[in-house]
Formats: sequence, C-alpha cells, structure tokens
Amino acid sequence: MIAELASSPLDGPLVMRLLVIFVSAAVTENILLTRFLGMCPFLSISRQMRSAFGMGLAVVFVTTCTVVINWALYAYVLKPLEPYGLPAESLKLILFIVVIAAFVQFMEMAIERISIRLYFALGIFLPLITVNCAILGASLFMVTHVSGRQFGGWDALLYGFGAGVGWFIAIMLLAGVRSRIKEDSVPAALRGPGITLIVAGIMAMAFVIFQGMIKL
Amino acid sequence: MNGTPQQRVTAGRALLEQVWNENPIFRQVLGICSALAVTNLVFNTTLMCLGLIWTTTMSSLTVSLLRTITPKRIRIMVQILIVAVYVIVVDIVFRAFFFETHSQIAAYVGLIITNCIVLGRLEAFANKNKPFPATMDGLGAGLGYSAILMAVAVVREVLGFGTLLKGTAWAVQVLPLSENAVWWRQWTIMVMPPGAFFVLAMAVWAAKAWAMRRDGERAAAATGGAS
Repeated sequence: MIAELASSPLDGPLVMRLLVIFVSAAVTENILLTRFLGMCPFLSISRQMRSAFGMGLAVVFVTTCTVVINWALYAYVLKPLEPYGLPAESLKLILFIVVIAAFVQFMEMAIERISIRLYFALGIFLPLITVNCAILGASLFMVTHVSGRQFGGWDALLYGFGAGVGWFIAIMLLAGVRSRIKEDSVPAALRGPGITLIVAGIMAMAFVIFQGMIKL
Repeated sequence: MNGTPQQRVTAGRALLEQVWNENPIFRQVLGICSALAVTNLVFNTTLMCLGLIWTTTMSSLTVSLLRTITPKRIRIMVQILIVAVYVIVVDIVFRAFFFETHSQIAAYVGLIITNCIVLGRLEAFANKNKPFPATMDGLGAGLGYSAILMAVAVVREVLGFGTLLKGTAWAVQVLPLSENAVWWRQWTIMVMPPGAFFVLAMAVWAAKAWAMRRDGERAAAATGGAS
C-alpha cells in the first residue's frame, strides 16, 4: 500500500515528520475515503450535522487514545516477546480489539456522566463504536507503519489523531452535503445509500488527488 | 427462549434470505468496510471473500452452540472474541499459502473482526437460533456479501487494468492495452478508491430499482386481485 520512497519525507526534522504523518493520515490516506473504514456509521449517522459531530468527536478521541495504547503494547510487549515464541502478529488482533472495547466502555460511562444529552443523541452508536472499523483499522495500519519503518510514540500519537480527524472531516462534509440534497429530486432508487455513496466517491476524488503531493 | 414465530426459521430459508432477499449490502449498505478496499484486484477479493465466508459461517455456528451458556451482559465481547479466533485462523492460513497477497491485504483481513455483517448476524440471528439454521444464515450472509464484492471487483479490475486475476498464474488480458486506444484505455480512477464508491453506488442503484419495480408489480397485482 505504501510506496517505498528512497528519500522519504519522514527523514526530515521532527516537526516536519510529525506534520507529514498528520496530514497524510488525515487527508491523503483518509481512513474513510481511501480505505473505506467506518462506513457503517458514516452512512447511517450522517443525516444530521449534530449527531455526525458527536460521533466524529468520539471517533477522534477514541482513535487517538487507542492507537497510542496499542502502539505501546505492540512495541513494548508483543514485539520484544516475539523471539520467545509469542505469536505477536496473531495476538495483536485480539489484544487491540480488547483494548478498544475496554476503552469504549470507559468512554461510554464518562459521556453518561458529562452530557446525558449527547449520551442519548448517540444512542445505539456508542457501543457500536467498538465495531467501528476505523478504530481497529487505525491501530492495524499503525502496525504496518511500525514494521515498515521505525514509528515512535509521537508518530503513533499524531497518526492516530490524524486518522480520527480525517474521519471527522469526512463525516462532517458528508452530513453537510446530505442535508443540502435532502430536498433535491434524486431518482427514487438512488435515494439514501446510493446517492450517499456517489457523494462519498466525489469527495474521495478530492482527497486522493493530494497523494501526489504527500505520501507516507 | 422458544416459541416466537421469528425463531422458527428453516435453514434453507435462512440461507436464501441472506443471499438475495435481505442481502446486507443492498438492503442496508452494511459491512462494506473491511473488504471494499481490496476490490481493485479480483484475486485479493476472492481471498477476502473466502475468509469472510469462513468467519461468518464458523462464528455463527460457535455462537449458536454457546448461546445458552453465554451471559447476556458480556455477549458482544464473547462474540467479538469468537470472531477474532476465526479471523486469526484465516490470517495464518493466508500467510502460509498466499504470502505475496497476504502482505498487501493483512490489515484488511484483521478488520474482518469488526465487520458489521459478521457481528450483525451473530447478534440478530445466531444467538437466538439452533446451530444448523444459524450456520446456514452465516453462510448465506457470507455468500451474499461475496457475490456483490466479486461483481464490484470484476468491474473495477477489467475497467481499471484491463485484466482479470492480475497477479496470479491465471491472469488474463481481457481488454487490449495500447497507447493509441480509441475506445478504451485504462480507467485509472477505477482502481483508485473513488472507483469503488461509484461502482458500488451503481450496483446499489440497480438492485434498488429492481426491488422497487418488483414491489410495485406485486402491489399492482394485489390491488388488481382485490378489486
């Protein structure tokens, strides 16, 4: 997936490196529009700006935190134990999903305390965030970056944050477009998911174009 | 636990419903997350689909067998772990036999764990039904899902690369490649991410138009019969 460039932008100074990681995670490798992760909530919750905003923020927060936690577990627990016969590559799947599920559980309790309105607005989608592919996806792609080149803690933080922000941008844009086309005369059979996919495709074109400029 | 009408579903019916009538992608556009990204090559898609069919079938069976002893409160977590076990099996098998392809799709194979269809079927059907219908339901969900992904993959690869099964020993050049082609040259957009959205949107459009027409005819027949 990632082109092996001879002189990567990652070789530059730290700030530059972090910026490259952030922008490419958020835009050119947008987890939703170029990797199709987190499509289910993307399609079902993007009817209203309000709930899209809440879900987007939740995803940013959860992705950032879980990518960092999973990075630490992968780099400091699984990898060092691999020479001793631990099947790190298989075990990471179970470990990551358990970390994510536990974290979401914690967040659900926190949101219930902080804002009961947000809690009811998100309703069924809060538990579903555990199975939001974008969140596990961010962790799994983080691992491919780790094994491709040395990915440090700050890199993982920025990568997770970038992936979350990318998802947030995409769902907000889509919610905006959808609220605009609600009254338009879309062909009956194309209403709902059909037109949403086409809109997402056009948005994806805009995001993918930047791949020529910046690439992780 | 038993007695409600929805629970008495025959195995064959469960299979058919999932493959066609209630096909999860067309009806709800669910579960495209983990596999849509690999649909620019038919071979990669085939592997993903096989992995998915295996996972849905086996995890439906397992969840159904364990449904009476699984505590209600932690059932989602139990289901996810069951799915994860089967996904790891897929991951290991692919790594052993299809190393080249596996290195491209490894992350997406792992993402089968969070595929909405797998968990949706477990939650909606397998944890309320007997093992055999549940297995058939899972198999049907996997097959119905694969049928659509394969269709998307064929369209994308043929229009994008002009080939079928590119990257394998059975690669075929379906459309001729030439510099001064008049009627077709590689549609690069098809193998890039936006292509998947467009092809899937067309498929959803066609399926929904067909379903609406059928429902319309049925309604017309029903009113005609009544009058």
